[in-house]
Amino acid sequence: MSEEADLSRRHFLTVATSVAGGVGVVLAAVPFVASFKPSARAQAMGGPVQVDIRKLEDGAMIRVVWRGRPVWILRRTEDMLQRLASQTVELRDADSNESEQPEYAKNALRSIKPDILVVVGTCTHLGCAPIERFDVGPADLGADWVGGFFCPCHGSKFDLAGRVFAGVPAPTNLAIPPYRFVGDSLVLIGDDTGASA
Amino acid sequence: MSAARSGTAVANGRFARLIDWVDERFPLTSMLKEHATEYYAARNFNAWYVFGVLAMVVLVIQLVTGIFLTMSYKPSAEHAFASVEYIMRDVEWGWLIRYMHSTGASAFFVVVYLHMFRALLYGSYKAPRELLWLIGMVIYMALMAEAFLGYLLPWGQMSYWGAQVIVSLFGAVPGIGEGLVEWIRGDYFISDITLNRFFALHVAAVPLVLIMLVVMHILALHETGSLNPDGIEIKQYKDSRGIPLDGIAFHPYYTAKDLVAIVIFLALFSAVVFFAPEMGGYFLEHANFEPANMLKTPEHIAPVWYFTPFYAILRAVPSKGWGAFLMVAAIALLFFLPWLDRCRVKSIRYRGMTYKVALGAFVVSFLALGYLGLQPATPTAVVAARFFTAIYFAFFLLMPFYTLAERTKPVPERVVYHAHK
Repeated sequence: MSEEADLSRRHFLTVATSVAGGVGVVLAAVPFVASFKPSARAQAMGGPVQVDIRKLEDGAMIRVVWRGRPVWILRRTEDMLQRLASQTVELRDADSNESEQPEYAKNALRSIKPDILVVVGTCTHLGCAPIERFDVGPADLGADWVGGFFCPCHGSKFDLAGRVFAGVPAPTNLAIPPYRFVGDSLVLIGDDTGASA
Repeated sequence: MSAARSGTAVANGRFARLIDWVDERFPLTSMLKEHATEYYAARNFNAWYVFGVLAMVVLVIQLVTGIFLTMSYKPSAEHAFASVEYIMRDVEWGWLIRYMHSTGASAFFVVVYLHMFRALLYGSYKAPRELLWLIGMVIYMALMAEAFLGYLLPWGQMSYWGAQVIVSLFGAVPGIGEGLVEWIRGDYFISDITLNRFFALHVAAVPLVLIMLVVMHILALHETGSLNPDGIEIKQYKDSRGIPLDGIAFHPYYTAKDLVAIVIFLALFSAVVFFAPEMGGYFLEHANFEPANMLKTPEHIAPVWYFTPFYAILRAVPSKGWGAFLMVAAIALLFFLPWLDRCRVKSIRYRGMTYKVALGAFVVSFLALGYLGLQPATPTAVVAARFFTAIYFAFFLLMPFYTLAERTKPVPERVVYHAHK
């Protein structure tokens, strides 16, 4: 046995134990980091919600909660659809290319059926709840306002199809959740198996 | 008489032996010497030098009142709001403990902002105190996290929607945003699960980190020594015993001075706790007296006053991603201060006009942004916020240029101090 320390051996052992220990620390962290993800119960509570829309009148809107998000179901009138088609404001994402919606709701009305709008009532800016403003040309929103949704937090504006105006803080259109109709009277939010454009 | 005196002597002898016994097993006396009785600070400290100690006083207030609040508070979506009202109405002195804690949160930021401004005045962040500044900045960030986490706990409307806004900011992180937001919330929305984990972080994790960081901050301070309003290193001139000529022992000289500051602070603190605990909606926002309702946004969401400068910057940008980026950058730039400031002179007493003007503009923009962040985002307010955001960033980004070109005054060799007669 020599008096001199074998420095290269010592260096190798230092690196090897450090790497092995480091891998152990990372692996041990996995359960703790993963425990922060939505639990099995949270996932189960996030299941689909069934809504009966038989009694929803023309121009009326109901709110339901799906995954803690307010989902709005609006039965748009003929008049509303005409105003929507003839509005002149500039939209940031008129064709919904940047926005969150299922393929079957990626159209001008952003819906499966023309009259029924199913939309997540959470502003895409910072998650506030926009308010429905179906009045035409009100003093606070201007004469060219033909009805839509207005977010009181930071002033984002959306039309009657949930499409965002240009020049407001919200980056994208209001999200459309996955949904499908069961017969004529039921909407199933959060489940779109079999739905199509 | 003599019997009493000898009795004292015997007691003193016993006490000295006890200290000796401890010192052989724990560095008690040497620690007291190093950090108090033989820690020398410049003799010309002014009132700006009390805010570090005051921050520690507030930390203690927050720890003690916080521990007592956890004894009656329930961290669940169903019971949280009611348990806070229970503390306010039914727990003996519960209202006082809670108002001390809520006022303490604002007081913490008042003294920390003044403490940081002191550093800007006298160059306390400059070499060799860069690490001291960086540790302090991490403390500031931990404090912001602590305040944000704690604000969700009463589960009022502003708790809920404030958390909603801030948590959704993480969605702006490219690529992993949405997953990250879900991971932070532990759910698809701010829920009972989120409240429970924020509680754990607020009462255990972050306070532990804060205490550790405060210890590191003080150790770093005592390694380099405190600076002073003249920005001169007092270690350059020492007497034959190695004691700085311009230094006086922290204890008893500065502990006595700090006690005066603590008394004044506690008087003001008590005035707020007893007469204006809500501070007209600035310390406790009115919307938070309504339980959280996930389907109804308050008319106007504003964070508590100490976050509003950064909130105003966020809102000044018409893009979520860039707004969030600028907000983070506004805080991150502070970390680089020791390297952005190229002027060799530390104290504002001997610095040039350029820095004085720049610092003044920075303070005005910070206060203006703080005010604008409290107001609704009207078009005029947004334009004003953009203007002051530009000044805020100019202060940092142009600093390497204007501090290099600065016309400074000669710095004295020894600290300037006129004793009271």
